[in-house]
Amino acid sequence: MATDSATSVGKCVDAFGSSIGMPQLCPDWVGNQIFWVVVTVIVIFFVLSRIALPRIASVLAERQGTITNDIAAAEELKAKAVEAEGAYNKALADARAEAQRIAAEAKADIQVTLDAAIAKADAQIAAKAAESEKAISEIRAGALESVKAVATDTANEIVNALGGKADAKTIGSAIETRMKG
Amino acid sequence: MASETHGAEHGAEEAGGLVFHPMDQFIVKPLFGDGPIGMFTITNATLWMALSVVAVIALMIFGSSRRAIVPSRGQSIAELAYGFVYKMVEDVAGKDAVKFFPYIMTLFMFIVMSNFLGLIPMSFATTSHFAVTVVLALAVFLTVTIVGFVKNGAAFLGLFWVSSAPLALRPILALIEVISYFVRPVSHSIRLAGNIMAGHAVLKVFAGFAAIAVVSPLSVVAITAMYGLEVLVAFIQAYVFTILTCVYLKDALHPSH
Repeated sequence: MATDSATSVGKCVDAFGSSIGMPQLCPDWVGNQIFWVVVTVIVIFFVLSRIALPRIASVLAERQGTITNDIAAAEELKAKAVEAEGAYNKALADARAEAQRIAAEAKADIQVTLDAAIAKADAQIAAKAAESEKAISEIRAGALESVKAVATDTANEIVNALGGKADAKTIGSAIETRMKG
Repeated sequence: MASETHGAEHGAEEAGGLVFHPMDQFIVKPLFGDGPIGMFTITNATLWMALSVVAVIALMIFGSSRRAIVPSRGQSIAELAYGFVYKMVEDVAGKDAVKFFPYIMTLFMFIVMSNFLGLIPMSFATTSHFAVTVVLALAVFLTVTIVGFVKNGAAFLGLFWVSSAPLALRPILALIEVISYFVRPVSHSIRLAGNIMAGHAVLKVFAGFAAIAVVSPLSVVAITAMYGLEVLVAFIQAYVFTILTCVYLKDALHPSH
């Protein structure tokens, strides 16, 4: 600051460029500063009031509007989502009921068919069982006759082999008695 | 700072002694050439005031030029400044004071920009000069007084007549109120200039101590701390000036106590 020593030497600056007293109180500079500060403040005032402040106010208002709109849109979407969820739940319940109905119907159908089939099968089984029963009793009868014949023949042979005289009637009654026992 | 010791001090400076010229930073000088300083001379004060205008334009116009819904950093600061002063005017002076918002915003932006520009090393602090702050304070004082009388007529004088006080005390209180009313521009301007001037002078004094090698680290620390404080003061004084303007404006719009 003290380099340009010769400049503006006056009441307030000494020959070395230093201030004499407070520069704030130097009357030589007051007019200059008043003029320039008035110019400065007027320029700033016009810059702010004509361009900057209206622009910032509009930006802020616009932002507020955007936020309000966005919130409204979000609320609307939320309501739509709730509605959609309700519709979905209703559709789900309907579908479930329908499915249950179809299942019950199918079950009843199957039951009818099954009952018929079971009845038919029972009848067939009964028929087959009766048939078998008959065949078995036939076989049994056959088998009994064969046993009797074989036993008679065998007894005859044994009696002959032992040197006796086989009497057919006696052998027959003995075999009858044994087979009962 | 007695003038007769100045020559001796300069002699000491050449000898490497400890000298302080804390007030030299406030000297107003012409930017181009020498010569006397007239009213319209372009001086360093002019330069730094012009720079404050540039700073205001840069922040408030170029900062907000994109008009973005999601603001950039510059636009955020501009909107912050706008909201800060707007809310202050609305809260302190009332809703009907909002039409004075551009004037108050002008004062705030000029003072805050000048204060911060003044903190740049080697710069000139325009708001440290009483000539500058007195103009601002007087403008506020005159505006407020005129607005008070235009809005309320003679009822504005009710500001000085404390109706809640006992009748006998009222004339004395009125006298005190009148004095305090006329002291307002004085305190308003000296508060700002005094704070800025004192802070800058203290910084310069601490810097002067750096000439002694042993003390210089301490000096650097002290300057750093002081500078931080001055950054705070730069904003707070702009805030105080603005909020007092709002308070005075409130008195003018609603003079009843």
